[in-house]
Amino acid sequence: MQTDLHLFAAAILLPLAGAVVAGLGGRLMGDTLAKAVTLLCMGAATVCGIGALWGGWTSGFGPYAVPLADWVNAGGFHATWTLRFDTLSVTMSAMVLCVSLLVHCYSVGYMSHETMPVYRFFAYLSLFTFAMLMLVSSSDLIQLFFGWEGVGLASYLLIGYWYDRPAATAAAIKAFVVNRVADLFFIVGIGLIYVLFHSVRYDEIFAAVPQAAGAFYTLFGHSFPMLEVICFLLFIGAMGKSAQLFLHTWLPDAMEGPTPVSALIHAATMVTAGVFLMARMSPLLEVAPNTRLFIIFIGATTCFFAATVGMVQPDIKRTIAYSTCSQLGYMFAAVGVGAYQVAIFHLTTHAFFKALLFLGAGSVIHAMHDEQNMFRMGGLWKKLPLTYGVMWIGSLALAGVFPFAGYWSKDAILNALWAADGRMSHYAWMLGVITAFLTAFYSWRLLFLVFHRAPADVQKRDAAHESPLFMSVPLVLLAIGAVVSGLVLAPYYIGAQQSAFWQGSIFNAPGNTIMETFEQVPGVVALLPSLVALVGIALAFLFYIASPGLPEALARSCGPVYRFLLNKWYFDELYEHIFVKPYAAIARFLWKDGEEGAVEGLPRDLVRATASGAVDAVRLQTGSIALYAFTMLAGLVVVLTVALCG
Amino acid sequence: MSHALLALITYGPLAGALVVWLVCRGEGQSLLARWVGLGTSLGVLALSVGLWCSFNPATPGLQFETRLGWVTDAGISYHTGVDGISLVFILLTAFLTPLAIAAGGRTVRTQMREFVVAMLLLETALFGLFSAQDLLLFYVFYEATLIPASLMIGIWGGAKRVWASLQFFLFTFGGSLFMLIALIVMWQQAGTTDIPALMQAGFAPSLQGWLLLAFLLAFGVKLPLFPLHAWLPDAYSEAPAPASAMISGVLSKAGAYGLLRFGVLMFPDAAHLFAPYVLGLGVVAILYAAFVAFAQTDMKRVIAYSSFSHMGMIAVGLFTLTAEGIDGAIFQMLSHGVVIAALFFCVSAVALRTDTREISALGGVARQMPVLALLTMLFTMANIGLPGTGAFVGEVLVLMGAIHVSFWVALLAGGTMIMGAVYMLSLYRRVLFGGLRDTMHLLRDLSMGEVAVLVPLALVTLWMGFHPGSFTRLFDPVVMQAMHHGAVTASASSVQTTLHLAAR
Repeated sequence: MQTDLHLFAAAILLPLAGAVVAGLGGRLMGDTLAKAVTLLCMGAATVCGIGALWGGWTSGFGPYAVPLADWVNAGGFHATWTLRFDTLSVTMSAMVLCVSLLVHCYSVGYMSHETMPVYRFFAYLSLFTFAMLMLVSSSDLIQLFFGWEGVGLASYLLIGYWYDRPAATAAAIKAFVVNRVADLFFIVGIGLIYVLFHSVRYDEIFAAVPQAAGAFYTLFGHSFPMLEVICFLLFIGAMGKSAQLFLHTWLPDAMEGPTPVSALIHAATMVTAGVFLMARMSPLLEVAPNTRLFIIFIGATTCFFAATVGMVQPDIKRTIAYSTCSQLGYMFAAVGVGAYQVAIFHLTTHAFFKALLFLGAGSVIHAMHDEQNMFRMGGLWKKLPLTYGVMWIGSLALAGVFPFAGYWSKDAILNALWAADGRMSHYAWMLGVITAFLTAFYSWRLLFLVFHRAPADVQKRDAAHESPLFMSVPLVLLAIGAVVSGLVLAPYYIGAQQSAFWQGSIFNAPGNTIMETFEQVPGVVALLPSLVALVGIALAFLFYIASPGLPEALARSCGPVYRFLLNKWYFDELYEHIFVKPYAAIARFLWKDGEEGAVEGLPRDLVRATASGAVDAVRLQTGSIALYAFTMLAGLVVVLTVALCG
Repeated sequence: MSHALLALITYGPLAGALVVWLVCRGEGQSLLARWVGLGTSLGVLALSVGLWCSFNPATPGLQFETRLGWVTDAGISYHTGVDGISLVFILLTAFLTPLAIAAGGRTVRTQMREFVVAMLLLETALFGLFSAQDLLLFYVFYEATLIPASLMIGIWGGAKRVWASLQFFLFTFGGSLFMLIALIVMWQQAGTTDIPALMQAGFAPSLQGWLLLAFLLAFGVKLPLFPLHAWLPDAYSEAPAPASAMISGVLSKAGAYGLLRFGVLMFPDAAHLFAPYVLGLGVVAILYAAFVAFAQTDMKRVIAYSSFSHMGMIAVGLFTLTAEGIDGAIFQMLSHGVVIAALFFCVSAVALRTDTREISALGGVARQMPVLALLTMLFTMANIGLPGTGAFVGEVLVLMGAIHVSFWVALLAGGTMIMGAVYMLSLYRRVLFGGLRDTMHLLRDLSMGEVAVLVPLALVTLWMGFHPGSFTRLFDPVVMQAMHHGAVTASASSVQTTLHLAAR
């Protein structure tokens, strides 16, 4: 057992070592060595991570704690650096490490044409991996917050990696700030947990949940169950990181970063942190049913919204980005009905196929020399056979076609939504099925536009070439994952053995039987998602192969709808008007009128008053004896009058 | 030995100043003056580390105490000593002064000897202030800091230096008149100015209110509290970088320290009465300054307003009157002192090379100055309060304290998380990112000297972020003791749910 814990600790700390060595020493040791160091550290960490998973699998997952050091201990508030070894943290770590290693490997090829040194890039990737691992292996909320903000920092650095591009730095700031908005609510939620439980450690919080269930908290003059308030605040935190509706605007813009970053951060790992948080906090969520209804609502709506936007985007990466947003919506919907295991299952399979799709898209972009507009591609399938193949696999998995990974996880979510049998979950099921159709449609739209349609630029098509070995090996490995991960993992994650597998690291309240009942749905309901996916593929074929003029005609005839979708439901414009512009205007007003006018004006006026008062006082001293004598006399008269008559 | 140590630390810089004044006369001696000054302050730093090592946090009360008769009949004595709170501020002062003197090499171009003397005098005054255990002594040292500080602004500052210096002096001096009145009233009532004795004096509740108000005005100017900050933007931005670093890094903490010692700890009942107003002012300061910082066009003024915003956070922490909040405020003072000094140095490194502080004239600096870009990124993130830096520990403790008081105070004070990110990141982006502008390609990266100043600050920032225990264990017992004294009554009325949790 002790070896497993050591392996686990090594798996989490090695990426940090890689990041520090490559980041600080990269200039001295040169790019090649820096790349080698990070790759080596990641490789070793992955081996350790899988070793820990194997060890936990054979001899039980605990939960155990690996104390590293003391952290904050003041005023009764206590947080430590401690790694938590349980099924959830170990499986998540192994998944993160695998994807991250492949992305590191892929980046060696992808970044080979950069003119600037790229050691910085690899250091950031490793730093990101470390932060993500700290997040999933935390044993208290403050350490989780450390990882949470750490991935935010790394994503800021990676999105703005090409810092001489204005769009990239703007997107980086947007990502950071939008996440921070959510994080504020998250930390206040942690604060309320501390008020209620006097601790931020998971074990102590979870143990005290039954006693705390009756606590109330007053806000806006109403009394709410305190755990509902806490879960609501934590969920807002999760919405930011996982790009759910209203806080999603940063994700599409984040595509300004290099493509491997999109694969690692914006598909496989970071954006799933919100789902992970919800699963980790399942003992609290189980006693907050109203918050869970809200989670279903936001999840389902995001899922539908993002898919509609994804249908019309011309940019290959943005299409996949919206697809990510949409799939995260599915996961939250599953969380909302209490099927946390299903959400984590979809998170895991999604990590494989979405990373695959992003890296495949990267391979296309690489071949087309940084072209991202799908309408300027076409006919690439002969030139990029491997990329073409893996993109098909990724799309099949995403659309949920049997027996690819997505089939197992997405169908499980939709079945759970149906089986939960509530008004909100039926709403979510309906949107989920529509989204399954849309997903298939935009995936094949992408495939047909990029690989099949008549090339927009024949020369560019002919110049395209398949990616180097460093890039194709990760693609193949991820493709294998996208094919088999659903089939292999389903029995453990959500099937008959799930409760033995999770060993209590995900909690279902005694009344929550969704994990037993979600498979008992009518046959039609279970088949429907696959059927609509096939219809979606057929429609894409009709639109982009059979009669290519159709989409344009449709776009013209439904102009407003098309523009509404193309402009992403006008969220950016809306926020520009209600947040960004007023913010700048208020700042300017406070500076010019408040600060320079009133606050700094006061001492200036004071000085002026003193000076003019002095001048006036000087004027009194006329030097005329007669005037002084007269004043004295007048004064004497007044004094005498008062003394005698008063 | 132990008595001599504190005196040695306090008056070491004074001796150094005398040496510099007497020895480094004449032309061409400015380098020597700098080295003597640097040597003195480094020696004092070593002594302070010695003080830290021999300090025993487990023993409550004062250590290294000295008491000499002064005006014995009137109950006034030269009484110095340190407890955990004093100690951390002495360490902060001792740490920042050598860095400020070292950084002065490039920013101060004339009268180096006088500059070093002023810096060392300031250090002595600060040590005296933080270790004073007699209110009159405290007052004397508090006023003594004003002279070197306003001279530094007035002589070595920018274009508007005279006005800035005058404003700084008059505001602080005007504020401390209220302290003088309070001092006299307290002396009349208690017959002594000894701080430990005054803590036990038991002033009448109504008098406590008036005394606290006087101290609030005195220290509120220094901190500054909204709306007493009119002096701040000019003083911070006109002062040379080492002086800005010392004034915002340590001198403003003297205000916070005074507020803690003579407000929160000495008049707990009155503090309870005043807390809602101070919390309100603190929150307003946080948000207001963050807005104004975003609108600035001068990089140094962005940092100046950022400092103001963070001082609001400290005020909020102190007046949550919870152990977490006060611990957080003290820690925030330390980490803010380190970070803000570093940011002033970073800004001045750019301003020196480009001869401008206008943000709109800059851009793409990162490509030419990667080392500066890396260090500035670290300090920017620290200023934003990213976990792993000292600022996070302070902020999270303050928020944990604030949420015990009110949800809205925590949420609004936490607004700094968002707004801080907005103004700091947009500053970073506009100065360091983007394409190269006109002559920026001529920039040279940091010199060894500048790296030697910034790297210790970076290391300490990370140290405070990853292992804050080295510092919190010094002052936490003091705060816990003080709060538990009064906490029995406070917690009884607080959240009822805690009761049945405690019962299990």
